[in-house]
Amino acid sequence: MNFRTLGAATLAVFLAVMTQRPALAAGDEVVIGDLDDMSGVYADVMGAGGIESIKMAIADFGGTVLGKKITLLTADHQNKPDIGASKFREWADQNGLNMLLGGSNTGVNIAMEKVGAVKKVPLFHIGPGGASLTNEDCTAYSIHYVYDTTSLANGTATAIVNSGAKTWFYLTADYAFGTQLQSAASKVVEAHGGKNVGAVRVPLGTADFSSFLLQAQGSGAQVLGLANAGTDFSNSLKAANEFGVTKTMKPAALLAFISDIHSLGLKTAQGLYLTTAWYWDLNPETRAFAKRYFAKMNREPTMDQAGAYSATLTYLKAVKAVGTTDSDKVMAELKKMKISDMFTRSGYIRADGAMIHDMYVMQVKSPQESKYSWDYYKLVKTMNGEEAFGPITGLCPLAPKK
Amino acid sequence: MSVRRTAIFYALIAVFALCVPWLGIYPVFMMKLLCFAMFACAYNLLLGFGRMLSFGHAAFFGSAAYVTSWLVTAHAWGPATAILGGVAAAAALGFVIGGIAIRRHGIYFAMITLALGQLVYFVCLEAPFTGGENGLQGVPRGTLFALLPLRSDVVMYYLVLGVFIGVFLFIRRVVHSPYGQVLKAIRENEPRAISLGYDINRYKLLAFVLSAVIAGLAGSLNALVLGFATLTDVQQSTSGEVILMTLLGGTGTFFGPVVGAAIVVTLQEYLSDIVGGWVTAIIGVIFVACVLSFRRGIVGELAGRLLRSDPKRPVAGAPG
Repeated sequence: MNFRTLGAATLAVFLAVMTQRPALAAGDEVVIGDLDDMSGVYADVMGAGGIESIKMAIADFGGTVLGKKITLLTADHQNKPDIGASKFREWADQNGLNMLLGGSNTGVNIAMEKVGAVKKVPLFHIGPGGASLTNEDCTAYSIHYVYDTTSLANGTATAIVNSGAKTWFYLTADYAFGTQLQSAASKVVEAHGGKNVGAVRVPLGTADFSSFLLQAQGSGAQVLGLANAGTDFSNSLKAANEFGVTKTMKPAALLAFISDIHSLGLKTAQGLYLTTAWYWDLNPETRAFAKRYFAKMNREPTMDQAGAYSATLTYLKAVKAVGTTDSDKVMAELKKMKISDMFTRSGYIRADGAMIHDMYVMQVKSPQESKYSWDYYKLVKTMNGEEAFGPITGLCPLAPKK
Repeated sequence: MSVRRTAIFYALIAVFALCVPWLGIYPVFMMKLLCFAMFACAYNLLLGFGRMLSFGHAAFFGSAAYVTSWLVTAHAWGPATAILGGVAAAAALGFVIGGIAIRRHGIYFAMITLALGQLVYFVCLEAPFTGGENGLQGVPRGTLFALLPLRSDVVMYYLVLGVFIGVFLFIRRVVHSPYGQVLKAIRENEPRAISLGYDINRYKLLAFVLSAVIAGLAGSLNALVLGFATLTDVQQSTSGEVILMTLLGGTGTFFGPVVGAAIVVTLQEYLSDIVGGWVTAIIGVIFVACVLSFRRGIVGELAGRLLRSDPKRPVAGAPG
């Protein structure tokens, strides 16, 4: 073997490997992408279940739109902003991506949103909480679909402060989502005459919460505000129980999903107040969807998984209505249309990209109250969209304050 | 392996590199590959020719990426000046970290670079201008010298390719210069170099700073290509990756780090779709296999065999 053959062989291998990429969709497909945490702390909340509900939406729509086949791309962003942004860019450049949804991590979603704005691809934020996505970080191509930190705080924090627990200490996930959730809750607590005594920031995916919980216990506050999500939430609550912190402090789930309650068990989670955009046992439509989903995944869908279904349908309806996948026209239609399906009966997308819909304040049932499997929540209060999401702040240039 | 053969080999590679945008290869992927190849070449200058094993090289790559992104987003600098700013930051950091680390050898050198590299990581995590866990996002590529808009991937690709070729030739020139000869002498036998009257710390520090500068250049370009600087750029695993690339391709060879970077980046790109987080484990296995079976790396091993079959050629000449 000499260097000439070596060179030729290197070239051949490179060419063979690298030209194996899928060709650009030549306009005969509508491509939907789902980039989400498939293996980390948020995998139960959206993950594989989210992919399944998007597939259900595509199938329910008939598998085609405008006579073109609908295809779905999925990838794991591993909660890293760089992976999320590069994958999104690659799909937009190479695969003719028409719409992206998912995220579940505010940091990653902010990164992806910047790519969406440059590539002009609509992005439906499904799982991330950060309200900055429709405020200082907003773009013309992004829609915040399921919930945000403002609506969560307006629901849960209000309910708890009004129940008489006035002093708060926060256990905060140390990135955009946690800090935004903490500051939203702090504002609500103060507005209702409560007091914020302190906070501790905890890295994402921490295994050992003991030192953080001791700080919380030492603060003397009445409420332990958990500004985290996914397995971080369930692990911190479990640890709080083990350390007896919940004997002296009342835990507040600022963001909890039904998957978390299921893994914690009602014995641990009973009495928790939480705010959710959707619950499987709300009405006949939600139960019908949940039944179909359960048959496939053997668990009830979270609000994110239901939201992913609804967002996919909403996008496809908008494409059908305008007769094109042109992003600007579809976005204009999305911000005009009324959204009515099993996820929400009276939703609409505001100029800043927030999808305004009812939010529900729930309390977790005690084991005695729960009559059948997955019978976990009782409805405390229904907040209408305007109450939950609050007025337009004016921080997003697309939506000046009225 | 005559000079002619080497020339043909490089010509083939050059033709391939020039044709990339027309071969259906994703230019952003190739740019990322070239940036990491540049990073690995910088690392090789230190490890292969100076025998200094740094565990904190991501500090230079990442800090330059952050500084460039910050200058572009917060101060609206042009790409050329922002890259210079990033490189200057990496050089300053290289001077400080190198100045401390070269006073020790072997494992102590490695541990000092590891510790200082982690220090830079935590600065990037906590400093007010770095965006914490989110990093700096939406970095525009801008217009080079107010003439050439870099928004197109093809234009950017040729810029990165041009810089890469420049860096590659520069490293060759450095290694073949009298300075490079002294560096290699220090690598082979440090007490002897001292006894010959060389101020070895100055030579080693210069090698460290040069390596940091090129790593910084790679980091700055990478940030402009991808449009963001995140904690991934400065974290320990990136330092590990560049060691892996260099050893896999072959330390002390010119083309080895490029091959190593190409293999690692390609595997990461293609396997991450299929196996997700497992890609790290797979690359780890490849690394173990490489270290156990061909210690000189891919290019080192191939060149070694070619040299053995070519008795007229002196063994000292590093291949490719």
